[in-house]
Amino acid sequence: MKTIIKYVLLDLLRNRVILFYTIILAVLAVSVLGIDDNPTKGLLSLLNITLLFVPLITILFSTIYFFNAIEFTELLLSQPIKRNKVLLAEYSALTVSLSTAYAVGIGIPLLLLVSGIESFILTLIGILLTFVFSSLALLIFVKFRDKTKGIGIAIAIALFFTLLFDGFLLAFIYSFSDYPIDQAVVGIIAFNPIDLARVLMLLHLDVAVLMGYSGALFKKFLGSATGSIFSIACIMLWIIVPLLLSVRIFNRKDL
Amino acid sequence: MIKIEHLSKSFGKFAALKDINVHMRQGQAISLLGPNGSGKTTLIKSILGLVIPEKGNITINGQSVKRDWSYRSLIGYMPQIGHYPDNMTIDQVFALIKEMRKDTHDYDEELIRGFQLNKLGNKTMRSLSGGTRQKVSASLAFLFSPSVYILDEPTAGLDPVSSELLKEKILKEREAGKLILITSHVLSDLEGIASHIIYLQDGDLRFYSAVEELQAATGEEKLNKVIAHIMKNESRVAKTIQ
Amino acid sequence: MLPYKLIIVLLMFLPGLSWAKSIKVYPGRNSFQKAINAAKRNDTLLLQPGVYKEHDILINKKLVVIGVHYPVIDGEHTSQIIFITADSVILQGLQVQNTGRSSMTDMAAIRVQNANHVIVRNNKAFNNTYGIYLQNAGFTVVQNNIIQANSEDELNSGNGIHAWKCHDLIITGNDVSGHRDGIYFEFVTTSAITGNVSHANVRYGLHFMFSHNDTYTNNRFSDNGSGVAVMYSKGVTMTGNIFLHNWGDAAYGILLKEIADSKINHNQFLKNTVGLYMESTTNIAVGDNQFNENGWGIKVMASCSGSNFTRNNFTGNSFDVATNGTTMLNHFSENFWDKYDGYDLDKNGTGDVPYYPVSVYSVVSERVPTAMILYRSFLTGIMEQVEKVMPSIIPDQLKDDTPRMKKWKL
Repeated sequence: MKTIIKYVLLDLLRNRVILFYTIILAVLAVSVLGIDDNPTKGLLSLLNITLLFVPLITILFSTIYFFNAIEFTELLLSQPIKRNKVLLAEYSALTVSLSTAYAVGIGIPLLLLVSGIESFILTLIGILLTFVFSSLALLIFVKFRDKTKGIGIAIAIALFFTLLFDGFLLAFIYSFSDYPIDQAVVGIIAFNPIDLARVLMLLHLDVAVLMGYSGALFKKFLGSATGSIFSIACIMLWIIVPLLLSVRIFNRKDL
Repeated sequence: MIKIEHLSKSFGKFAALKDINVHMRQGQAISLLGPNGSGKTTLIKSILGLVIPEKGNITINGQSVKRDWSYRSLIGYMPQIGHYPDNMTIDQVFALIKEMRKDTHDYDEELIRGFQLNKLGNKTMRSLSGGTRQKVSASLAFLFSPSVYILDEPTAGLDPVSSELLKEKILKEREAGKLILITSHVLSDLEGIASHIIYLQDGDLRFYSAVEELQAATGEEKLNKVIAHIMKNESRVAKTIQ
Repeated sequence: MLPYKLIIVLLMFLPGLSWAKSIKVYPGRNSFQKAINAAKRNDTLLLQPGVYKEHDILINKKLVVIGVHYPVIDGEHTSQIIFITADSVILQGLQVQNTGRSSMTDMAAIRVQNANHVIVRNNKAFNNTYGIYLQNAGFTVVQNNIIQANSEDELNSGNGIHAWKCHDLIITGNDVSGHRDGIYFEFVTTSAITGNVSHANVRYGLHFMFSHNDTYTNNRFSDNGSGVAVMYSKGVTMTGNIFLHNWGDAAYGILLKEIADSKINHNQFLKNTVGLYMESTTNIAVGDNQFNENGWGIKVMASCSGSNFTRNNFTGNSFDVATNGTTMLNHFSENFWDKYDGYDLDKNGTGDVPYYPVSVYSVVSERVPTAMILYRSFLTGIMEQVEKVMPSIIPDQLKDDTPRMKKWKL
C-alpha cells in the first residue's frame, strides 16, 4: 500500500492541475492578506474562499481523477494485492496531494502573515474539507460506472452542501423559531461538513457574539471545547463513513 | 492449471457468462474468441478477480480466486488499454509493480530490451504514443515470468516489428510450459501461437478444443479460415467436435 | 511677613502635636480595641505582626492605625470587623479577613460611617462579604487596597468597595476581585475612580447608580460576569479605561442606562460580548475609543438620542453596531470601520460613500438567535451583498457619512 501511495503521490505532485491549484491559492492568500493591514478581514476572505472553492475543486478533481485512473487501477488490481488496499492507497495519495496544495497555498502564507490560533484552525479546516470531499468523490466513483454522471453528481453534491443545505436550514430555523430548536439545529449541522468546518471557525472568531445569545445549549455547545470537539468528530465521520462505504462497495464491484 | 466450474455472471438483466466450464492446462496457448459482447473480457476479468463471479468457481492451481488474492502472483496480465498516470515515468511504472511483487526477484527483461524501453526510462507516460504504452504493458506482463499469461489484444497498436517480437516471446513462453490465455481480433496474429481455441457467443461456451482438431474437422489450414468455416456451419462443426 | 504668620500658625498646632503618641499594639485578647479605647485623639497605633482575633472594632476618635508587616485582623466569620465613625482617621497596612455572612446586615471588613476625610490605604481585605464599605462618607480616600473574595453567586456575596450616599471620594489603585460587584456606587457625587483593577467579580466590575458628576479614568475591568453598569446618572466622565473580556448573554463592556450629558473617551473595549450598550441615554459623547474583537461593538437602542460617535476605531468585531428599531437619533461620523470597503477618490482620508455599520445578519439573528449558527456561510454572505444593493432591513439613518480610510492612532 505504501508503495502505491508513494508512486501515485509522485505522479500527482507533478500534476498540472494541482500545481495550478496551489499557485492560485497562494496568489489569493498573499494578495488578500497583503492588501489589508487588517488581518481579521483577510482571514475572513480566505475562510470564504476555503468554504466555497475547496469542496468544489476537491470533489471535482478527485472524481475525474478516479474515473480516469480506472485502467491503471485495474492493472494494479491484477497484481497480488488486496482490493481495498489499492483503493485506499489511491485515496490517500490523492487527498494528501490536494491537502498539500492547500497547506502550501493558503496555510503557509497564512501562518507566516497572520499569527494566532485562527490561522491554524483555518488551515486545519481546509485540510479536513479536502479529506471529506475526496472521500465523497471516492464514493461517487465506486457507486457509479459512468464518468459524466459521476462528475454531474460531484457538482451537485458540492452545490448542495455550500448553498442549498444552508438555505433549507435557514428556512427551517425561520419557520420554527418559536420552538426550542437549538438542539435540532446543532444536530442538523452535523449533516453538512462545510457547516461543521465553518462552525469550527465561528467558535474562534465570534465566540464573543455567540455568548450573547441566551440559548443554554448554544452556550454550552459553542462556548466550551465541546463545540470544537463535536465539530471535528463529525467531520472525521464525514471522512471515515464514505471511505468505509466505498471500500465495502468496491470489494463487490465489477470493474 | 485454471479450472472454471459453472461460472455465471450477469450485469443487470444482461447475462454475460452462462454456466461456463473450462479446464485450462499448462503448456496451452488458448485463444479466446467470440464476437463483441460475447463475454471474453468478463471471463478474463473473472479470472483476474476484477469481476466478482455470481455463481460457480474459479481455481488456479487449486486456489480459489474468491477470497485469497495471492494467486495473482502467478499471473502476468496485459490489459487491452494501457492507461497510466500522466506524470509517472516508465521507470517508475516498472519500479512500482516490482515493489508490489516482491516475491519475484528474477526479472525477465527481454521484452524491455527488445522494445528498447530501457532507453526511455525517464519519459513520462503522458508523452508516450499508444504503441509505446502498449509495449510497457506487454513488458510488465512478462517481467515476472509468471506461470499464467493473460493477454488482452496484445498486438493491437503495435508496429509489425514489435508485434513479431511479442509473438516470438509468447511462443517461447508457451514452449516453456506456461499457460497463455489470449484474445485478439487479428486472427492471423494468433497463427502458430494458439494451441487451443475457446469460442464464446452470447455468454455461452460454444467450444473449447485444440487447433489441430478444428483444422481436421473443418479441413482448413489457416486459422481465420477455420473460424470463418465454423461460423458459417456452426451447428454441424460443433457436432463433429463433440 | 509670611514666615511670621507661618510661625504663629505652627505654634497654634504645637500643643496637639506634642501630646500625640505612638503606641505599639501586640496580639492578645481584644488588644486592638483596648488600645483604641486607651488612646488619645491623634495618637498613632502601631499594630505589630500577628493575628488579632477581634471583630466589631470601633474607631471613634481621630487616630492613625498602621499595621506593621500586615498584622491579620480575623473576624472568624462572625461579624463585621472594623468600624470607623470619626473624621480624619487613617487606616493602613492591615490584613482584614473573614467577616461573617448575613442576609440582614451588610457585613463589612472596614466600614466608614458618617465620617469625613478618612483614609483607608494599603490594606488587604480577604474573604469578606463586603470589603470596604463607605456610608455617608465625604472626602474619603480608598487607596491601593487589595480586596479579594471567592463569591460564587450574587445572593450570598457583597461588594468589594461599596459606597452609599457619599461625596467627594477618591477610589484609586485598588485591586478588587471575586466579589459581587467590584466597585459599587449609589448616590455618590463628585467622586473619582482612577487606576483601579476590577476583575472576575460575579456581577459587575463597576456598578454605578444615581451618582452624578463622577469621573472614572484609567481603570481596568475584565472578566466580570456582566462587565460594567452605569445607570441613572448625569455628568459621568469615563476616560482611558479598559473593558476586557466580559462574556455572557447580559455582559457588556459598559451598560449605560438613563445616562445623560456624559463623556466616553479614549477607552478600549476588547473582546466583550457587547462593547458598549446604551439604553435611554441622552447627549453622550463617544469619541476616540477602540472597539476591538467584540461580539457587538456598540448596541445602541432606539431610545437613545443626541449622542455623537466620532473618531472611534472599529476593528475585528463580529458586528460593529446593532440597534432595535428603525429610528436613529444619534450621529456617527469620522469613525474607522474595518469592514468598510468604499473608496476615497479625492484622497482626503475620508471615504466617499457612507458606511452602514448595522449588518443584516445582526438584525436577522436578533430576531432569530438560532440563525446565528449560519453566520459567515456563503448564504449569509449573499444576503449581505443583496442588502447592500437593495437595503430593506437595516435602518438607513444609521450610517457614517465620513468614514475614515485609515485607523485612528489612539
